[in-house]
Amino acid sequence: MLSSPVAKRDRTTGLSRRQAMTALSATLASCWLPAFDARALPLSYSLKPEKLTDGVWMIPGAQEAITQSNGGAIANITILDTKAGAVIVDTGPSLRFGSALSALATELTGKPVARVYITHFHPDHVFGNQAFEAGTIATTPAVVKGLEALGEAFADSMYRSAGDWMRGTELKLPGKIIEGGVEDFGDRRIRCLPMRGHTDSDLVLFDEKSGILIAGDLVFLDRAPTTPHADFERWRISLANLGGIPCSRIVPGHGPSEDTDRGIRQTRDWLEAVYAMISDAFEKGLDVSEAVALELPSWTNKIALARYEYERTVMHLYPKLEAGKLPRVDAQSR
Amino acid sequence: MRLLASTFLLLLVSGAAYAAPPSDPLGSPMWADMVERVLEGGEVVFDDKVKVVVPSIVENQAQVPVTADARALPGVTKLVVFADLNPIQHVLTLTPGKSAPYIGFRMKVEQGTPVRAAAQTADGVWHVGSVYLDAAGGGCSAPAMARNEESWSTTVGQTQGRIWRDISGLARARFRIRHPMDTGLARDNTPAFYIESVKVTSSAGAPLATLQMFEPVSEDPTVTLMLPLAPSDGAIDIEGRDINGGLFRSQITAPWRQSNVVVPRG
Repeated sequence: MLSSPVAKRDRTTGLSRRQAMTALSATLASCWLPAFDARALPLSYSLKPEKLTDGVWMIPGAQEAITQSNGGAIANITILDTKAGAVIVDTGPSLRFGSALSALATELTGKPVARVYITHFHPDHVFGNQAFEAGTIATTPAVVKGLEALGEAFADSMYRSAGDWMRGTELKLPGKIIEGGVEDFGDRRIRCLPMRGHTDSDLVLFDEKSGILIAGDLVFLDRAPTTPHADFERWRISLANLGGIPCSRIVPGHGPSEDTDRGIRQTRDWLEAVYAMISDAFEKGLDVSEAVALELPSWTNKIALARYEYERTVMHLYPKLEAGKLPRVDAQSR
Repeated sequence: MRLLASTFLLLLVSGAAYAAPPSDPLGSPMWADMVERVLEGGEVVFDDKVKVVVPSIVENQAQVPVTADARALPGVTKLVVFADLNPIQHVLTLTPGKSAPYIGFRMKVEQGTPVRAAAQTADGVWHVGSVYLDAAGGGCSAPAMARNEESWSTTVGQTQGRIWRDISGLARARFRIRHPMDTGLARDNTPAFYIESVKVTSSAGAPLATLQMFEPVSEDPTVTLMLPLAPSDGAIDIEGRDINGGLFRSQITAPWRQSNVVVPRG
């Protein structure tokens, strides 16, 4: 039950936990250990594309947290067929996933990958990047900046939660910066809509040909939204803007794609409800543990990971509320 | 193994002086050592009346919310919080006086660890509640966030707070004192620098609760306490002191007793 003490970064060797794990497994592999051989069957993702319309597929992510059984494949990935080549939105959690995704995109479209878009900097969306040419991977300047700042920490945390699925995965930064506008792939034009709220920079993509809106993690459906880098007010504005875009179908970052705006409404209602609950708890003087224990409204019962994400959101919001809203009481302030 | 052996030896040497501590339901290799060092070998029982609440998910190892609650146990004189597998195990000690044996705060963890609250009753017995906190590492060896900012020295000691009337009749105080709370273990070699004591008194001068804190308490300590506020009192005074002798004084007024506020002189 208790793990042995492991320093995050070994002070003597300067190795990260990940590098140390790799070194350790190399050492183990050099001995002949049948028990380890039997367990070392390579893990492989089975990607099951759903056809949304002609030339557009979505690979649904599991409606779960990142675990060693799903390998972190929890985010939706979109593949579009264009004259110029395959266009992919988000690359998934690991090198292994990215490689499978690249192969699948080529198989579905019969063409090499022309463009990869990254919707935002969260690890379940970007760690498949290694399977693609840096110059084909496009995103906003703020996403690159976010990855530069937190990418290594994300990698460490992914190795911890997804385990061996991450083998060989390293941070790879996108090599193409976009600030908006339209990219023309011959028979398909894709409009890039930079927004924010779920994170500091959320890239929404609109396929003019099919009318499909690829919303990234600004929209969650039947799966509770995650908030580690959220700005609730900005997110609400972005959702209102998304609701104003006429589209044939919405692909959320997590959850089923639908030809309704249910995802937008549900995400908006969730954010509004949990923000109200948490700020009310804060205003009543509740401690973090007491706020975490509050009962969620019954309509959230059907939403996957509601309790789990609510608890995370309490921990994301409480320190901000305390820093921002508790009045100054020290002698210097009087 | 060596630890077990030395514990065994210690028991042999000390003979009947101590009863052996009850075996730890969490199976921590540090348990016997913790009883010896943090609880100073006193008599120990595991007691469900002492609750420790930690989150089921830890994303930020430098800010893990912990609530230690021994309100179900009468006559608590001391409430100690410790984490067996932290590099610095003793987190804090609350001497509640007439206030509730209850504290909410945030702490740093270096890895997954048992987190325990030990409530000592007047007969000297430690009543221990435990929980296992699953977490990744790094909270104690990461530099304080404030160390990335030039301005930390201008904000150190700034205090924010509020008090509420609790349904128990006590005053519920929540306050946050700006302080880097350096552990001395950070990779940037910053030496230990932390608030070591917080005294809470009524504005009329009656002691309400004393808090002894150590390095594992998170940066900008944010604390929830339940304090007895006499009807004649309209405010509480807080005095924090760090290990460099820095004194941080603040006063929180009870909004429902504004007319009773005693303004301190000098």
